[in-house]
Amino acid sequence: MKENPISFQLKLKPEDFLPATEEEKQSQVIMRESVSFWKDGARRLRKNKVAMVSLVVIILVMIFSFIVPSFYPYNYKEQIKGANNLRPMQYSEEEQARIDAGEKVFPHVFGTDKMGRDYAIRVMMGSRISLLVGLIATGIILIIGSIYGSVAAFFGGWVDLVMMRIVDIIYTIPDILLIVLLSFALKAPLAQLKEAPGFAWVGIVGENLISIFVVFALLYWVGMARMVRSQVLMLKESEYVTAARALGVSNAKIIKKHLLTNCIGTLIVTTTLQIPSSIFTESFLSFLGMGVAVPLPSLGSLASDAINGMNTYPYLLFIPALLISLIILSFNLLGDGLRDAFDPKLKN
Amino acid sequence: MLKYILKRILLAIVTIWAVATLTFFLMNMVPGGPFLSEKAISPQATAALEAKYGLDKPLWQQYLTYMAGASHGDFGDSLKQRGRTVMDIITMKFPVSARVGGVSVLVALLLGVPLGCIAALKRGKFLDNLISVVSTCGIAVPSFVICTLLLYFFGVRLQILPTMGLTSWKHYVMPVMALAFYPTAYIMRLMRSSMLDVLGQDYMRTAKAKGLAGGKILFKHALRNAILPVITYVGPLLAYTVTGSFVVEKIFTIPGLGGEFISAINGRDYTLIMGTTIFLATLIILMNVVVDIVYKIVDPRIKLK
Repeated sequence: MKENPISFQLKLKPEDFLPATEEEKQSQVIMRESVSFWKDGARRLRKNKVAMVSLVVIILVMIFSFIVPSFYPYNYKEQIKGANNLRPMQYSEEEQARIDAGEKVFPHVFGTDKMGRDYAIRVMMGSRISLLVGLIATGIILIIGSIYGSVAAFFGGWVDLVMMRIVDIIYTIPDILLIVLLSFALKAPLAQLKEAPGFAWVGIVGENLISIFVVFALLYWVGMARMVRSQVLMLKESEYVTAARALGVSNAKIIKKHLLTNCIGTLIVTTTLQIPSSIFTESFLSFLGMGVAVPLPSLGSLASDAINGMNTYPYLLFIPALLISLIILSFNLLGDGLRDAFDPKLKN
Repeated sequence: MLKYILKRILLAIVTIWAVATLTFFLMNMVPGGPFLSEKAISPQATAALEAKYGLDKPLWQQYLTYMAGASHGDFGDSLKQRGRTVMDIITMKFPVSARVGGVSVLVALLLGVPLGCIAALKRGKFLDNLISVVSTCGIAVPSFVICTLLLYFFGVRLQILPTMGLTSWKHYVMPVMALAFYPTAYIMRLMRSSMLDVLGQDYMRTAKAKGLAGGKILFKHALRNAILPVITYVGPLLAYTVTGSFVVEKIFTIPGLGGEFISAINGRDYTLIMGTTIFLATLIILMNVVVDIVYKIVDPRIKLK
């Protein structure tokens, strides 16, 4: 057959169809395992000393606040007779007498408060509450914020306009006003709910704590929503979204499987940085006297209770204040480390 | 530009209206009322008081009356502080909070921007590490902790600064430090990261290659571009700070708007709550418009639409 000199057809010869030799096969073998997104990020995170140290600190604080109280010899509610306002490591007269008699008495490592409660266990319980509030509130914020933000961005147009105006309005109302009003508004219904069968846990958790969660759920997701929206606005122009749509994938599934999965880096970082700010807000609310209900302590309420006796018992203030700063600092540093590890924009 | 500003003002009015409406109904839905907590007051007297302030009328009528007044700038009388209008209270308390808040935002900018720049320019050196450590710790300490620590060391231990009131410049030192602490740390971080971003841009290399003087590159090219995120942050910050922080005002006994607002909420002083909320909302929205316009001035590439 005569060959056309300007043809683009491949000029194939019969020997091109022979099976590949061993040597040629070797070049196709993958030398190294491919690194997945998670492995890559985790490797980078492990190299970051500051982030690893803060991770260890967070784990230590968690052990300190969730595990240690279960076998600690004192209880956070228990008022020890005659042991009011003890300094750290000091014993009350009665306890001293028992020690002299040969009995072993566990020391009050951080002293006691003015009602004679062991301060160390109160600090542990306080950081437990603060951590719980931080984690649960952040979970709520993550769910609401990411759904709201991605829906607004995905549908765009007037849906986006209306949804973002609502965000603006929530942003503009002073949050302290809403917090106070909501906590008053929720008091009666929650007290009723406590009486209802099957809802006894409301009383254990405390109405105030639940209303704090409700407040977070209603107010603080706006930052997360804005963050996710800006990401999704960018991602929804990608080819794989067009492809998914062409294949007839439903909107809900595109948002869930393609868009939110692809902003996972941003979500992790924003969530980790949201935890300290939730703890911050809870401590502020407790400071105002709108936080957890007595006798349950939180780090904020411990600090605010200690302010009045600041001149004589400064350590009662310093211990919770330092601990709360340490927790927030560790989460912030871990968040920074996660950002360096997982944010695709910072890869090089 | 003019069209843009008009559009923003229109949008602002709608937002303020929505905020006011939401606050009004939410506030009235919550149990309790302005005259319930007072002792030794007979039901007749309560009814008379409610009639005097129109609280006995149906809610929608109260709403219409209030909105009609508010649209003319009449925010009514305070329900708790007899004989004072809401306007009187705001104009009396706001300047106090605004002075403390304004000074602290200024301090935060004057410290945060240069320190952030220095950190970025000396990247990886000792000074950068020091500034980073300080700013990371700075954003980890809640404001009430700062306040009480300041009060303890300067007020109680050393006794060099007065602990309450606002009569001399010395009184300003602690509240301003407390208020400026977090923003300073935050601005340092923002400034550092955006400066690092800008320093890696091509036009910086071009400017250097052209042989421009170091100072000119820094101020005209780098700083001007890097300051944009700081402007975004400072706008709303200014609005929140000048209206007073409750914690700082409570701890240092400053008679400002922040404390007034909390006691208004707790006492259900409906008109004062509404007045302060509208005032704060207006200020925040105004600051956002100002931020957008300043943006345009600093960075002519930005198109306002």
